[in-house]
This record gives sequence, C-alpha cells and structure tokens, in this order.
Amino acid sequence: MNNVNPMKPSERMKIPRQESIEQDAVQRSRNFLEVSLGLDEARAMIESNRCLECKNPVCIEGCPVNIDIRSFIQLVMQKDYAGAVQKIREANSLPAICGRVCPQESQCEAVCTMGKKHPSVAIGKLERFVADYESAHNLFTLPIVKERFEEKVAIVGSGPSGLTCAAELAKMGYGVTLFEALHAVGGVLRYGIPEFRLPRTILDLEVERIKAIGVEIYTNFLVGRTATIDELFDEWKFSAVFLGTGAGTPTFMGIPGENLSGSYSANEFLTRVNLMKAYKFPDYDTPIKLGKHVAVIGGGNTAMDAVRTSRRLGADKAYLIYRRSREEMPARVEEVHHAEQEGIEFMFLTNPIRIIGDANNWVTGIECQKMELGEPDESGRRKPVPIKGSEFVVEVETVIEAIGQKPNPIIQSTTPGLDVSKRGTVVTNEELGTSREGIFAGGDLARGGATVILAMRDGKKAAQSIHQYLTTKREKKEEVKVAVA
Amino acid sequence: MHTIIAKEVLSPTITRYEIEAPFVARKRLPGNFVIIRLEETGERIPLTIVGSDIERGTITLIVQAIGKTTRALAMKKVGDSITDVAGPLGTPTPIEFHGAVACVGGGVGTAELYPISQALHKAGNIIHTVIGARSKDLIVLEKEMGEFSKDVFITTEDGSYGRKGLVTDQLRDLLESPLGISAVYAIGPLPMMKAVSNLTKKYGVKTLVSLNAIMVDGTGMCGGCRVTVDGKMKFACVDGPEFDGHHVDFDELIMRNRTYIDLEKVSNERCQHHADQVEGGVAR
Repeated sequence: MNNVNPMKPSERMKIPRQESIEQDAVQRSRNFLEVSLGLDEARAMIESNRCLECKNPVCIEGCPVNIDIRSFIQLVMQKDYAGAVQKIREANSLPAICGRVCPQESQCEAVCTMGKKHPSVAIGKLERFVADYESAHNLFTLPIVKERFEEKVAIVGSGPSGLTCAAELAKMGYGVTLFEALHAVGGVLRYGIPEFRLPRTILDLEVERIKAIGVEIYTNFLVGRTATIDELFDEWKFSAVFLGTGAGTPTFMGIPGENLSGSYSANEFLTRVNLMKAYKFPDYDTPIKLGKHVAVIGGGNTAMDAVRTSRRLGADKAYLIYRRSREEMPARVEEVHHAEQEGIEFMFLTNPIRIIGDANNWVTGIECQKMELGEPDESGRRKPVPIKGSEFVVEVETVIEAIGQKPNPIIQSTTPGLDVSKRGTVVTNEELGTSREGIFAGGDLARGGATVILAMRDGKKAAQSIHQYLTTKREKKEEVKVAVA
Repeated sequence: MHTIIAKEVLSPTITRYEIEAPFVARKRLPGNFVIIRLEETGERIPLTIVGSDIERGTITLIVQAIGKTTRALAMKKVGDSITDVAGPLGTPTPIEFHGAVACVGGGVGTAELYPISQALHKAGNIIHTVIGARSKDLIVLEKEMGEFSKDVFITTEDGSYGRKGLVTDQLRDLLESPLGISAVYAIGPLPMMKAVSNLTKKYGVKTLVSLNAIMVDGTGMCGGCRVTVDGKMKFACVDGPEFDGHHVDFDELIMRNRTYIDLEKVSNERCQHHADQVEGGVAR
C-alpha cells in the first residue's frame, strides 16, 4: 500500500476542504434545478490530495458497502477517473446516486482520520465527481457476463435495493425480471427524493444501464394483485424472488383535522410533485394546492425534502416543526444547512396537537405546544415532554406530515407463510432469507425506514444469497440425476 | 401501451371501452379497479373494472366524460392506446349470500355496480335493481342489469324516464315491501350513497357503498384517499373501495373531494379549448 501523493501529511492538512459549487440560495429556492453542482476537476484534484492515504483506512469500514475509498481517491490523484469509478463500482453499482444522497457525515466521513482535527475529506463529493465524469465522457462500459444460468429471478420493487439486486444477479448471469407497481422505475428515488437533490437524468441513466445488462422490466405491475408471489413461482416459473418494496405507506400523527383539505402526507405531496410533476400544472394534469404558509412536521430527510419543495412551489413562509431539538434531527446535515439557506424556518421542541380548519374544511392553522427535553427514551435520545400552557397557533393553509413510513402490506397479506413483524416489516435472517423458501427481502421492507445505501447493501447481499441458494439447489439436482443414472 | 379494442357510446357523455390489459383481465374480481394514465403528461385516475375477457386479454371500463382525463379518453378512437393501466387494485367485494338484495346505482355508478350484482346473483341472491339519474340520458345498463335482476326500477329527477324522484324513494318502497331485503349495495355520487345509507340505517339493513376518493397511486402509498369509517382512518384504495355505509363519514369525504375543484376547472377549460380547436380544424 504505497502512497501516491508525495506530500507530507502536515502539508495535506493545510489544504482547505473543497466545497461544491452551489446554485445561489435565493435563486434555487424558487426552482427545481439541482442545488449542488458538485466539484469541478480542479477542486476534485485538490480535494483528493487532502486524503492521508492511511495505512489503516477506517473510512472503508465506515462505508455500509465497504467501497475501497483509499484506492479510488488514489486513482483520482492520478487523474484516472474511469479507474476510480470502476473501483467504486466493485462495491457500489449506483455511485452517482450515492454521491448525492448518502449521509456521509455519519458514515465514511465520520471516521476519516483527517476529520479528527480538520474537516474530513469530502469523500461523497469525490464519489459524485468521478461518477458524473464517467457519464459526461461516456466512459461507462457494460459488465461482461461470464456465465449463463437457466434460473430466472423476480425482483419486486425498483427502488435502491431492487435495482441493485437486479443488476448484481444479471451480472452473475441470471435471467432477471423487475416488477414495479408505479408507471416509472426507481421507487423512492423517483417519487420521494426531489429533482433538486437527484436529477432524474441520473436515475434514468441507471435504469437504462440496468436494461442494457438484460434486466426485463414490467411497470404498472403490483405484485400481490397483478400476480401473487406464488403465481410468480408456479406460473411465471421464477426460481427465487427478492422483495424490495420499501416502506411506502405513510403514517399519520392521529391528531384532529388531518383529513381537512390542505393536509397532506409527505408521500402524497412529494409523489404529486416528483412523480406526477404537479409543479408543471397545467402542462401536466396532476394538480397540487399549496398555501402561502406551509408547515411540515418531522425531522428526517423526507420532512426536509417536503419543506424545501414547498418553498420552490411558492410558499412565502415554510415552517419545519419538530418535537425534539436540532441535535436529534435524523436528516442529513447538508440538507438542514441547505434548508436554512433557502429560508426555511425551523421550530424545534414544538409538537402539533391539532390542525384547524374553516367552514369549507380548508386548513387555516396548526395548534402546537412547546416541548422540553426530559430523560432519554428507548432510542437513547432525550424524550420531549410538553410544557403545560404553552399552546399556540401557527397560521398556515397547508400542513404536510412527514413523520415516517411503514411497509405496504399488500405482499405480506397475499403471501401465505411469510413472517411479518409487529411493525409490518418482513422478517429476515442473516442471509436476508425469509420464512418462505426462495423468497428473500431487504431494504426498508425489512428495516422499516433507513437509507438508500443500506437498501443497496441489502440488494447486493440478497443477490449473493440468492446465487448461493440456487447454486446449492442446482448441485443437489445434479446429484440426484447422477444417483438415478 | 394498452390499445383500445372497442368503444361504444352509451349516452352523450357515457362510453364503454374494451382495453387491452391481459394481466389485469386474468386477475380482476368484482369491486376491483384500475389506475389509468393516458399519456406522459397525464394524471393517474381510478376507474372501476366492469368486466373482462381473459381470452382476448381485455378489460371493460364504462366512463362518464366529466373531468379532463375522462374527456380526453372519450376523444380517443379504436386502435388508439393508453400509456398506463395498473391493476387490479382494491379489495374485491365480499360476495355473500343474503337472500334478497337491493342493488342501487346512481348514474354511471351503475356500471360499477354491474359486476358486483352479477356476482351476487351467481351466489344465489335475488337481485332487485334500482337505477337512478338526473335524466334519461344518464341511465345506463338497464338491459344488462335486467338479465339477472328480478326487477329493475328506474328513477329520474326530472321525470324524463321511469319514476320521477330519487333512488331513495324507490328503495324505501322496496324496504317497506314484504320482499325481505336483507342487504343493499349502493354505488353512485356521494350524496346519493349518503342518502341511501341514512335510509337503510333506519331499517337496520346492511349497506355497502363504494367510495370514489381522490387517489394518486392507488396502491396505499399516498394516503390521499383517506376516509373516516367508524371513527378510524382508512385508505379507500387498499382498505376499500367498499365500506359499510352506516359508518362512513360522507360529509368529510364530500368536502375533501372538493380540494382541487378550481384546478380541475382550469384543466377542463384547456381540454375544451383543445377540443374546439380540433373541431374547428385548427389543430392537427
């Protein structure tokens, strides 16, 4: 493990962390174009030289899919960008997406040695740079499929876990069919994450690449209804199934007034805007109604996406209401920072208790109470406790709840023998196998609400498990054949 | 792409379509619906499946042209296609034996009622049908419903056909009669289903209604179609679309369904403008 960069560590530490070029905050808060334009080549080069090329690269351990970060950054130092992205692809098939949406500050960059005394190396931005360089210079080459297996595998759901599992199995040489309930592929990357964080051209490109490897795609196909899992085995002759249907069912707080007009789940709000392009109404048919004052409830990335989208749709005041404090927010730090720049008003330690409506059942406000932090709860975070008599009303015409999602129950309820937890998630073992033979599951369907990268890790792991399962089965069949002969 | 195989105009605004959708045709049951999207810029709208032909791989839809999408659909010809058809969606209607059943259809709701009534008849129930509308030209499927119904009663608000009045006038007579109606299936506009439910409550007769809430995905993902049933939040797309009419909060749903009324008008006007241009020979 020789060093590529001749600079001394002390010299590298003097280099300031390179920041992305970003669209001006005022301007971007009114458009749907991508906020961050990433690093240009010069900045990427400088940033790569900040890497200490540690003998023990802990960043790799910090990455959920263990990308060989040290090696890929060394290739950047040598201007071998195609080699760098290839290095990433050994572990992660969607670098352009992960470079944009991964919470690096709590993963690779959190453990970066440079980060102990100085800002961490911008690993995520470098990942994005090489991925974008690859597509801008048409450097992508299709993987070579060495073997062909006769077994077919069905992938249910086309979000990050399904896309990854499909790509991995196709590369191994299996016939892969991907089923998607909506009319467009991508799952949460399509309906959930807004264009200003993940331009659709990036997603479309990944989908085209997956098709090019030979993955067959059925859209408008709701497994459980259009065909059940058992029918996929018995009639469609699939040998294994991967379930990656995510956590797409919205949860509501259960406070009065949630069914008023002007009250949305974040899922509905974001689906209307992202999937259906309601921001282009009436050129696109799907409408959206948004007041000049909008309150979004929640502290995660979905809440952040919803509140920033509200600004872009024209809200003068967009409030983010969260019952805990800033420190407990699960959202990516960068998104919180961007939201603040865009004029989002944060109301921490504030808990909504009632949505107020007028005679026509339209939202006119939201009543909240102030909270204070008490003892730590089961999650280890200090539990917010209401302050008596602190009730107040925020005048808004739109309320968007982004307090979490749970798995859609359709497959669980139409697949006999599939074990489901109390939270509605599919129960899996270490290998991501379920209680039913040949059925594997991963991503939010098994986790109940996590990140894109963890879903991708599951998709990859499930592909390996499916390969293992089918190989064992094939060998047994051969043994029987030999024994019979 | 889903090709329109056949098209039949049933009334000035109501049309029957036979559309290629082989996977849906194989699996659909009474009470199921599809979500369609006409084109890339289109919205997703739910439409109840009226029937299917597994051999031909087609489903039948009967649609009243009222909104932008349904009007644009009406302008399509045989051989034209629809970009997306997803389904079958929703929980199928529970088909049970009740004895004597009143099937009450309001306007184009009769088309949604048709496959359910047919299945109820097959399950051994005696079907008494009531079809109502504002006027004669909105009465559909009278003959088809008649094929398995013991009797078919027509009501129109303007008296242009059948009995002058509302479906509830006729239903009240049936409930009062010695026929022994033990269940009611009512599908039509929300105020009609509300009136039917209020009436049958007095007689203690179980009533199933089908709720046409605003939907985006139709798979339980957006929660836009949430309705209050027996004080609990339900999603019409997956928990329904059918619910016990005696427990549905109709007033809330009627209000919610007005959410986009002004924007629907904008869409509709654009559609009308386009239609005028086509008729006037401006657009090609």
